[in-house]
Amino acid sequence: MTTHPTSYYWKNCAYLMALLALTWCLGYVNLGVFNLVAALGISCAKTILIALFFMHLKTESRMLHFAAGVGIIWLLIMFTLTLADYLGRGLIAMPRY
Amino acid sequence: MNASAASLVAEQFDDLGQQREAAKLGMWIFLATEVLFFGGLFLSYTIYRYLYPETFAAASRHTEVILGGANTAILLLSSTFMALAVRAAQLGQRRPLVWLLLATASLGIFFMGVKAFEYDKDYTAHLLPGAHFLWHEANPGAAELFFWLYYAMTGLHAIHVTVGIVLMLVLATLAHRGKFTSGGYMTVEVVGLYWHFVDIVWVFLFPMLYLAGHR
Repeated sequence: MTTHPTSYYWKNCAYLMALLALTWCLGYVNLGVFNLVAALGISCAKTILIALFFMHLKTESRMLHFAAGVGIIWLLIMFTLTLADYLGRGLIAMPRY
Repeated sequence: MNASAASLVAEQFDDLGQQREAAKLGMWIFLATEVLFFGGLFLSYTIYRYLYPETFAAASRHTEVILGGANTAILLLSSTFMALAVRAAQLGQRRPLVWLLLATASLGIFFMGVKAFEYDKDYTAHLLPGAHFLWHEANPGAAELFFWLYYAMTGLHAIHVTVGIVLMLVLATLAHRGKFTSGGYMTVEVVGLYWHFVDIVWVFLFPMLYLAGHR
């Protein structure tokens, strides 16, 4: 068991708030498709900060890393198969760039 | 192992460390199922946003971005308090633990208050899907779909926040009686994982629902 000083958590809080401010600002500028990319990117960054430092994944065992990763892998499987089905049956159009 | 530590270990575990690891593993597996629970809604959102990008952007401009953003800050701060609560439990600090759990619960209640205020505003603006839904811009059907998803996703999240608040209050009561400050803080840690997860869900809901269209 490792105990961290309170500054460890407050520092993480400050980073998260800075990222929130960034998300908010991006909501007021038009970057086209990159609005979505940037917003999701920032959300992923926040998730990583919360998982590593608040949920202590940084110092946890391999077994817990595995259990945490499995949720994301299942989610990706669900998205991939469903979107492949929708695209393959022509229910949604192929993206064009 | 001394007698008080031994009494905390259930029969099937070798020691406290193994028991804590098992409890955390159980919670992480539960959270993986929660990822899929919310994932179904996220997937529906993805498909419909892909089908109706303009309408989703327009509908998203009708949400209360200031309130949504404030609520994000509230949850991030509550997560910080939760992490500090787990630390207090680790260190065996009873009074700080009780206060930090109550602070976490209060921020959760504050979040729900803001959300209720927001739902009320949306309701008066006729954005609640159903017979009274009113949409003056293009493609009302797709806009209604956006608000179905908005209510389903924030609603399911709000249920999770409510469960979290109840858990915090129960933990605070038990902590006050000194249950977690003599080595057995695993319950606080596991509930903490749940609360951080609820926070992470909101971290994705905020940009998807409130910022789908730039303002």
